[in-house]
Amino acid sequence: MSARTPFHLGRSIFKLGAVTRFLLRVLAQTPPSLRHPGLTVEQIYNAGARSLVIIMLCGLFVGMVLGLQAYDLLARFGSESALGVAAALGLLRELGPVLTALLFAGRAGTALASEIGLMGATDQLTAMEMMAVDPLRYVVAPRFLGGLIAMPLLTAIFDCIGLYGTQLIGVSMMGIPSGTFWSQTVSAVNLRDIREGFIKSIVFGVACSLVAVYEGYYAEHTAEGVGLATTRTVVTSAVLILFLDYILTAMFL
Amino acid sequence: MIDVRDVRYGIGDHAVFSGLNVRVAAGGITAIMGPSGTGKTTLLRLIMGQVLPQAGRISVFGQDVSALARAELYALRQRIGMLFQNGALLTGMSVFDNVAFPVREHARLPAPVLRELVLMKLQAVGLRGAAELMPSELSGGMARRVALARAIVMDPEVLLYDEPFVGLDPISKGVILRLIQSLNRTLHITSVLVSHDVPEISAIADYTYLISGGKVVAEGSPAQLRSDASEVVQQFVSGAPDGPVAFHYPAPDYFTQLLER
Repeated sequence: MSARTPFHLGRSIFKLGAVTRFLLRVLAQTPPSLRHPGLTVEQIYNAGARSLVIIMLCGLFVGMVLGLQAYDLLARFGSESALGVAAALGLLRELGPVLTALLFAGRAGTALASEIGLMGATDQLTAMEMMAVDPLRYVVAPRFLGGLIAMPLLTAIFDCIGLYGTQLIGVSMMGIPSGTFWSQTVSAVNLRDIREGFIKSIVFGVACSLVAVYEGYYAEHTAEGVGLATTRTVVTSAVLILFLDYILTAMFL
Repeated sequence: MIDVRDVRYGIGDHAVFSGLNVRVAAGGITAIMGPSGTGKTTLLRLIMGQVLPQAGRISVFGQDVSALARAELYALRQRIGMLFQNGALLTGMSVFDNVAFPVREHARLPAPVLRELVLMKLQAVGLRGAAELMPSELSGGMARRVALARAIVMDPEVLLYDEPFVGLDPISKGVILRLIQSLNRTLHITSVLVSHDVPEISAIADYTYLISGGKVVAEGSPAQLRSDASEVVQQFVSGAPDGPVAFHYPAPDYFTQLLER
């Protein structure tokens, strides 16, 4: 153990405390921020609707790759007809929430962090404070809430498009009867699977949005500082998503 | 109206203020002058309670800023307007919405009344015609005037100006100068100007403080300051590159450093 380990450990604990305190402050400002519902709706549009193309495209390709790989695997056991079940369970419980969150961190998370960071660098946040308007209420809380609401919606879209991609491979290319594909999928997938994916997407939504708004809010007021905050948003979010995914999967099994 | 008493404030090991005393009288234009990096903007942030002094007392309207709870501090800030050096307009909103922003946040005015109020303030700064423009479409001088309209929209009792003349062409400078003066005279707003533009300050200030080395080194009317014989005042007023305020940042001997391997 190096001599710097206690220092790093102390700094990590301090950072964790700071982020938790920040989260509590944002949560406290969330109900008052709903006085202007338009702000949150705008952020759902920014984080959600503007991520639709990338989510749908990636969902389609992931579903198609899943279709090819799963078909090859299942064909070895003569169970090709279970392709829909395998893809649906994989997408709903694991791939959908995780990949959507990773894509969200790269598209919407970076946009959030750099936008808030630039607002800080150009004194816009300070100006709000001076006008007796809390930037946590006006800027941060709507963006946090917008990301939180957009994530499960994007995950649901990713899952649907992904399953469509698998169906394209399984039914249109490999010749699995459409009725078999869909009836097996519908009968095998239950509410518990959907709930697992939904809870994961909510948790990832909180994590990604929190990391993005925190990094943006505390970014150093320079071009380099904003750039670093954006990078940290992606790296921290990615690690956090995979870590939380492991914890949640272990809890659900 | 504003009383800064024996204030000490530092960032890390660097002491910005070491016993600063400034008193701003109601209704006048008080200028805070000093070389770059003397903490003039920091003083405004201390007055607004954005940062707290490590020692001393700052009172605004008789209230100790350091002792105020967040809600009380926000109530105090509603009585003060601040013009930022770069305008600090909210880039996602039009000029109209920028000026309307504080009113929408703090008062519930019917839309037609709000519109009249905002247009009146924009008319005062000569930018009624720019109401629908976005901040990115404004010049530096126009952005400063929009920020001024926003600063006065809540009818503040005090207006703080942070380097209002920096980076402006002579015409824009003249416009801002006239606006500061007319706002002070017609609306009886107490004005605090932080600047290092000697001619502009001399033209409008009623009382001037010169800060250097974390303290007030001279004070008085602009005329008194011009006739002050002290070296630091003369260096500042005449714009001499070297003097008590050194041209060179502290460094080891130049010759010795060049010979070092």
